[in-house]
Amino acid sequence: MMTALALPTRREEQWRYSDVEAVASVWPLSAPYRITVAAGETQAHRLLQDAGDDAVIVRDHVIEVVDGGSCAFHLLNIGGRLGRVTFDVTLGKGAHFELHAAIIGGGEQTLEIVTNVTHAEPDATSEQTVRSILAGHSTGSYLGKIAVARHAQRTDASQSIKAMLLDRTATANAKPELEIFADDVKCAHGATVGELDKAALFYMASRGMDPATAQTLLLRSFVAGVFDGIDDEAERERFETAALRKLETLR
Amino acid sequence: MLVIDNLSNTVADKPILKGLSLTINAGEVHAIMGPNGAGKSTLAYTLGGRPGYEVTGGEVRFEGRDLLDMEPHERAAAGLFLGFQYPVEIPGVSNLQFLRESLNSQRRARGEDALSGGDFIKLAKEKAGLLGLDMEMLKRPVNVGFSGGEKKRNEMVQMGILDPRLAILDETDSGLDIDALKIVGAGINTIMRKPDKAVLLITHYQRLLDYVKPDFVHVLAAGRIVRSGGPELALELEREGYSEVLGAEVSA
Repeated sequence: MMTALALPTRREEQWRYSDVEAVASVWPLSAPYRITVAAGETQAHRLLQDAGDDAVIVRDHVIEVVDGGSCAFHLLNIGGRLGRVTFDVTLGKGAHFELHAAIIGGGEQTLEIVTNVTHAEPDATSEQTVRSILAGHSTGSYLGKIAVARHAQRTDASQSIKAMLLDRTATANAKPELEIFADDVKCAHGATVGELDKAALFYMASRGMDPATAQTLLLRSFVAGVFDGIDDEAERERFETAALRKLETLR
Repeated sequence: MLVIDNLSNTVADKPILKGLSLTINAGEVHAIMGPNGAGKSTLAYTLGGRPGYEVTGGEVRFEGRDLLDMEPHERAAAGLFLGFQYPVEIPGVSNLQFLRESLNSQRRARGEDALSGGDFIKLAKEKAGLLGLDMEMLKRPVNVGFSGGEKKRNEMVQMGILDPRLAILDETDSGLDIDALKIVGAGINTIMRKPDKAVLLITHYQRLLDYVKPDFVHVLAAGRIVRSGGPELALELEREGYSEVLGAEVSA
């Protein structure tokens, strides 16, 4: 049972950048949210985590994608004093998992995405894209582990992690981790942390664009595409609008 | 329209402009030529307000207002346009979105109503046509994947849409073949050759001046205007070279 577990500390890798004091206030955690995708089935899931300023949100997912199944997850993680969303994914033969996520944080927020994707059988694919925008004293973290079992040949796993810092006082952590026991495996991962392009900002200003509009346009383009894969148009708009609104609060 | 009086500045603590003075009236086209490192691009960036271009002395008045006191976007709204030698690429932002936000920011700053989507597209089509730039290119991200010549044409399309009072064009001719040079030259004339507008062309070579005839030519060397004259000065420079024409002044 989850309740039997001890409160985590920062010494544990999965909690290293977290706000464990905040976690204590909601301990013990509720049971993880379980998703099972049957053989050959396709499922789409999404979560818009926009809890209030003082909320402490820890939401764990345990996802099993059985042979030939496919699961896509869209996540916008912007709410709470702590907003932590985790995924423990196990992929069967030829199964597919994709995560498209954005973190937008300001103030004193700690926002985290922790993934643990196990390619347990051959021919499975996984794809993770995370874009983070951090302002004020916020911390945004991505910890992503990919484990490939010894016989899980022809695994294809990718992680693309990009973070943008709007203030010197904000922090971005990106930690991809690979544990590979098979030999015929493709694992591509890239992580960058940057600031707004100053040359672009001056170019936009020279055309008359006011600084706030220029910044919003550049940030929009940075997260553009994360939610393109949401088929339901109204839902896609709900995510995009929430992201935009959050961006506007960072000015 | 523009009065530059004894302007000095530094870039990364290094003095570049050293007491530059220049007056441009409405209806005039001026060309500034000069050897590499004379401060030509620095002059353009300083007038545009680029961060890092520190003014250390002198003043600049634009239509009677203190230009140096304005933010870069306020200078644009006041009617200044800076054509970049190296236009910036902005992935993820389309040219049309970029221009519409720019134009409407300017209009808001001037207390005018924003242009409707339909009116804006009509305007963009007209100016793109004038410069021979495919409208499809304006739907693509700003300058991304554009050739050198396409970027320069795009600068002129932007100028046409924003309709400035004064255009400072920094090496707009570089990277253009002869056909593109003709189109760009004709575009500058159509957009800017008007009694209430003015142009400052910054160029290395005489060839753009065959298409956009300047009223005045100035030579910038070692951070100052060292000689001014009519169009014949550009021809003399082309024929004889900077060191011949300027003699000891270049190293002054």
